[in-house]
Amino acid sequence: MSLLTIEGLPAAEITRLLDLADGFVEVLDRPVPKVPALQGRTIGMLFYEVSTRTRMSFERAAKALSADTMTFSPSGSSVSKGESLKDTALTVGSMGPDLFVVRHASTGAPWRVAEWTGLPVINAGDGAHQHPTQALLDCLTVRQHFGKVAGLRVAIVGDIRHSRVARSTAQAMATMGASVRFIAPRTLLPFDVDGWPVETTCDFDGAIDDLDVVYMLRIQQERGGGDVFPSIGEYVNRFGLTRRRADRLPEHTMVLHPGPMNRGVEIDPAVADGPRSLVTKQVANGVAVRMAVLLDQLSGSEKT
Amino acid sequence: MIVLKGGTVVGSEHRIADVAVDAGRVVAIGSVDVGPHDQVIDCSGAWVGPGLVDLHVHLREPGQEWKEDIASGSKAAAAGGFTTVVAMPNTEPPIDSGQIARYVFDRGAETGLVRVIPSGAISLGRAGAKLAHLDDLWAAGVRMFTDDGDSVADSGLLRRAMDYIAELGGIVAQHAEDPGLAGRGHMHEGAVSSRLGMIGLPSMAETIIVERDIRLIELTGCRYHVQHVSARQTLDVIRRAKEAGLPVTAEVAPHHLEFTDRLVETMNPVAKMYPPLRTEADVAALRAGLEDGTIDCVATDHAPHSAHEKDVPFEEAPRGVIGLETAAAAVNTSVGLPAVTFFERMSIAPGRLLGLETGPLVVGSVADITVFDPNLSWTPGTFVSKSANSPWIGTEITGRVRATLLGGQVTFEHKEGASA
Repeated sequence: MSLLTIEGLPAAEITRLLDLADGFVEVLDRPVPKVPALQGRTIGMLFYEVSTRTRMSFERAAKALSADTMTFSPSGSSVSKGESLKDTALTVGSMGPDLFVVRHASTGAPWRVAEWTGLPVINAGDGAHQHPTQALLDCLTVRQHFGKVAGLRVAIVGDIRHSRVARSTAQAMATMGASVRFIAPRTLLPFDVDGWPVETTCDFDGAIDDLDVVYMLRIQQERGGGDVFPSIGEYVNRFGLTRRRADRLPEHTMVLHPGPMNRGVEIDPAVADGPRSLVTKQVANGVAVRMAVLLDQLSGSEKT
Repeated sequence: MIVLKGGTVVGSEHRIADVAVDAGRVVAIGSVDVGPHDQVIDCSGAWVGPGLVDLHVHLREPGQEWKEDIASGSKAAAAGGFTTVVAMPNTEPPIDSGQIARYVFDRGAETGLVRVIPSGAISLGRAGAKLAHLDDLWAAGVRMFTDDGDSVADSGLLRRAMDYIAELGGIVAQHAEDPGLAGRGHMHEGAVSSRLGMIGLPSMAETIIVERDIRLIELTGCRYHVQHVSARQTLDVIRRAKEAGLPVTAEVAPHHLEFTDRLVETMNPVAKMYPPLRTEADVAALRAGLEDGTIDCVATDHAPHSAHEKDVPFEEAPRGVIGLETAAAAVNTSVGLPAVTFFERMSIAPGRLLGLETGPLVVGSVADITVFDPNLSWTPGTFVSKSANSPWIGTEITGRVRATLLGGQVTFEHKEGASA
């Protein structure tokens, strides 16, 4: 059993994983934040894209469960000698991991690793497609703060088109009963969102009075697609969470960001560090959520 | 003498008859007495018609022989019922001069399993900047010119090419894909690409090029052929151009008659080709277009790639699928054309376009013959092509080439129980 996508995961299943993660939030608060749940298990981590928080978060989660990790990153590896993803996956797979955590710039790469190796795979982000553990940690963070997800009005703002976070988190929050809106220029919205559980608008200012959660996204220049707005300055004027705009938010509205942040672009530094920000909470919850997912993936199966 | 016994001879009379072949020609159609030295091929239950013609194959030689070469591609063609194939010029080096074209002609003739006719590049090196050696290519026997794999994006260059090729009497064939609109797209732009987060390649990238090219045909009078049409909107443009009496023809690939962008959800790069698989509405329109003749012919866009090249994430994979060995059955399964229309679209129309001696089988015809059983089902698994990047692996299709004759010689005969 792999966790490749948040699509199709029912609310009850998401809730079960969040409850499990809540328990680990408590574990991580202990003087010795470690449990022996996955002692003797090995997690193979294939990280083909640069990553700080997700990679370290998975490593922290694995170690807090007493599992061992083998971490692969392309620089300084056989990839620079031309080795393919398939060969690398089979090579690492032969060293006996119980599970793979895969991050890759191409949509579907974790599916391919699962197919080639026959091992369970947790998708740690594939292209602009899916990032299920991010969706879960976002739900957990919102639930912790508001006591619920259902009924909340959530806006995801920025580069939706190139964002796996938007695709995953919008889906998960909608499944949990939130009403989700995408706010972006049309060039940064997906081409066709018919049938998605979201509304779309290009008018951030028009939506601002009516939100419980504002989820800001980074502009992902690296995913390409040409010029998508005229200039950073014009983008910030319409879609940045500036101090002026943050001041107009209702008092209870909270701000999330998946990181890495481009301060001064999509989010003003004072807002990022201000009382509305749940950004560091998201990072802390990431570890608990990944502990929950790792345990869930491996607890049903005996070590072979 | 070879006697094709008891098949339905597809042609003007369209009846069950024997076809006798001798010295490269059809010598009798009717009830033929078989002599002791005659070779007999049982054709009962099968259609016997003119050999299939494929205007669009990538034989990869010279330059990429690990994917396919002219010998292996010829074998695959014969196994698919083809007697003539047009080789695309995106080889290494590209077919942009008479010398390379003659090499391809010669290698095809040496192999002797199918008539291999090279097409020539429109631009030198397929670089889209200067005219290729068009006179030289024409003198070598090239009749179709294309930069296939890329569009000729520069309207001025294309206009000059059309002027030049019209004067020679050749055909400009276009891989229609506006580079600006196509961008770095990996699949059809639509609901599925949006959900998968992949950069989309919009239908409009194809349609807008054909729209533009029609204007250039009005100006130059050049014969123009749309390669692998994939979008229903493009079909509307072609229909209007034909109604206006312009010299326009079009081909469709078997995979575009069957699969949609939903196949990309498997994440398997076997679903990756350009133009990309589009939607159900496009598939329906293409099927109707092939039936009503808006689309003149089927062409496979046979594009072999090795397993290791396709065993990568979707976005990193090379584009293209093989098609020669499955085309006849795939078209029969997807569209179910009546026998006469089947051979019109698969043989006569593309043959006419190339200026071949082509038509229904009659006494005196060149004995390029395909025996096709429209009711025999099978599941593709292995191929005689060097590559196996086929979306039909594991899918049952109906229709089987039982035999292929080229100039009176048997180039393929299906043995019951054989794997491919």
